[in-house]
Amino acid sequence: MKLAFSIAKRFLMSAKRHTIVIVFCIAIGVSIQVFIGLLLTGLGNSLIDSTIGSSSQITITYEDNLANYNSTVLAVSEASDNISVVTETLTISGALTNDTLTENIVFRGFNFDTANQIYKFDYLIVEGQLPTSNNQVALGIELKEMLDINVGDTIVYNSTVFGEEVLEITGFFDFNVLAINQSWVITPLTTVQDIIGEGDQIGKIEMQLDEVDDDLETKAAIVAALDDDTLDIVTWSEQNGDLLSSISSQQSSSILIQVCVIISVILSIVSVLSITVLQKSRQLSILKAMGIQDKDASFIFLFEGFLLGIFGAMLGVVFGVGLTYAFTTFAVGSDGSPIIPLTLDYGFIALSAGIALTASTLAALSPAIKSSKLSVIEVIRNG
Amino acid sequence: MADILTLKNITKTYGENTKNPTQVLFGIDLNFEESSFNSIIGQSGSGKSTLLNIIGSLDRPSGGEIFLSGKDLSVFTNKELADIRNQYLGFIFQFHYLLPEFSALENVLMPYKISKKELTKEIEDRAYELLELVDLKGFENKLATNLSGGQQQRVAIARSLINNPKIVLADEPTGNLDSDTTEKVYNLLREINKKFKTTFIIITHDRHIAEKTDRVIEITDGRISLDIKK
Ligand SMILES: Nc1ncnc2c1ncn2[C@@H]1O[C@H](COP(=O)(O)OP(=O)(O)OP(=O)(O)O)[C@@H](O)[C@H]1O
Ligand SMILES: [Mg+2]
Repeated sequence: MKLAFSIAKRFLMSAKRHTIVIVFCIAIGVSIQVFIGLLLTGLGNSLIDSTIGSSSQITITYEDNLANYNSTVLAVSEASDNISVVTETLTISGALTNDTLTENIVFRGFNFDTANQIYKFDYLIVEGQLPTSNNQVALGIELKEMLDINVGDTIVYNSTVFGEEVLEITGFFDFNVLAINQSWVITPLTTVQDIIGEGDQIGKIEMQLDEVDDDLETKAAIVAALDDDTLDIVTWSEQNGDLLSSISSQQSSSILIQVCVIISVILSIVSVLSITVLQKSRQLSILKAMGIQDKDASFIFLFEGFLLGIFGAMLGVVFGVGLTYAFTTFAVGSDGSPIIPLTLDYGFIALSAGIALTASTLAALSPAIKSSKLSVIEVIRNG
Repeated sequence: MADILTLKNITKTYGENTKNPTQVLFGIDLNFEESSFNSIIGQSGSGKSTLLNIIGSLDRPSGGEIFLSGKDLSVFTNKELADIRNQYLGFIFQFHYLLPEFSALENVLMPYKISKKELTKEIEDRAYELLELVDLKGFENKLATNLSGGQQQRVAIARSLINNPKIVLADEPTGNLDSDTTEKVYNLLREINKKFKTTFIIITHDRHIAEKTDRVIEITDGRISLDIKK
């Protein structure tokens, strides 16, 4: 083995240009694989992130509202390590009216300390500021035009169920989602609690997770912690079935692409190494005449494949990551943020390199077998 | 002295299963004594190399038997034959085959490395010594491709001796050498033959050289036409 390895090393070293070309060929295959893989992972992640990044990932809804909720909220936040934020909300519907205009709205009471960690309202405020005290509100930016109002104005909430309430506008937010910009009115929790007038109560417990993929396990942990299997509790993946299936079909197409790339890498290595066996048939004959075992002769080529694979894979990872980096740096949207954010999935990179290494070693198998069948006498006789 | 090598009725036909088979060897019977110094002469195309390659287990005879130290070669597996080539035989080919990727010293050490024994100071010293014997002191680290034909041939001679083989099979080992060097190399082989009791079978077309060996075998058209022992 040691002998075969040192002969393989020497063969590669003494045909440097040839070796470099093969390494580059493997590297290009690997880099394409890494590039496509990273891009598709990044795309999938950004799709998930833009869809659920700023919303509740698990929501518990209390149809008849929940009073004395503090212990429940605490129990939920301690139910699983995967829960990063828990916030309680209370939402009613109704309309906003000024002198001439009326718009139907969703009136949402938040505990901003925790809610900001999910909804990032503090970043989304484009005018004025977040409401801080009772009866202060911030409105979706579209409502500003629709109701022809400004920061500092007052406006009247009314509903057939809860009557009327005068509110003070402290700011406008832009959620980048038209439906929300046209309908959400946000306010401290107590405003909504007071309008309902039935004391401290909430309608929903919302939360975000560290690992969004583990949402169903986390849901089970919450159900267990609250010991209540009548809970109305929904996770993001249950709500976004379409998104998930589109991401998973995208992932399977990415696997298909990678399989194709791997096959072409293997084929090129096989053909290149087969030529190497031909070129080295003279050397092999000499070695065999001197008594090298067929097994060791075969190992020379397996090691050649292995060494080419190692350097090809390393270079390929560097190229692939560089390409991905360049792409995410130069392909930016109008706001300067990358169209597809860079996701350095180390596991995936290691996997790609590992596959290339295995592939090139296996690709050396057929040349290796060929070498052990080589006829010594043909070469010795003919010189 | 006991026979180290016995050939019984060896025949060789090239292209046996083709339309025009050519028979090259016709029933060769030969015995070689241990530590003898033999030469084979004959015209070009008479079958000398064919015979030597068969003796060296690089080629298989079409008929007949070969006994090495009394053991029938045909019963050995390929793996065992490889070991025999490595341990018992030393080859010097007609077309002096060195590995071009390796230096003179590395080429000389190659049969030893193939035997998978640990590389020792002793064996390295021996390799240097052998290169010095063939007058290549100072050329140890030169790549084989950068040596002249005659230098390569001398490296091949040193290489054939590194594992202390029982038999050295040499096919025109001095083909490219001038008469002075040829003389020197033969004296060297003779010395090794005396010192280590190594058996030599040397193909040569140089009658002058052949006359200096213990036994001259002449092959004519695949048959032994002359066999003189001194
Ligand atoms: N593979 C082969 N197929 C057919 N004929 C062959 C083959 N190899 C050798 N021969 C023939 O066998 C005969 C003997 O060849 P061999 O190489 O043994 O001769 P030789 O005595 O070593 O000659 P030289 O002194 O030129 O080296 C020649 O006529 C040659 O043409
Ligand atoms: Mg010949």
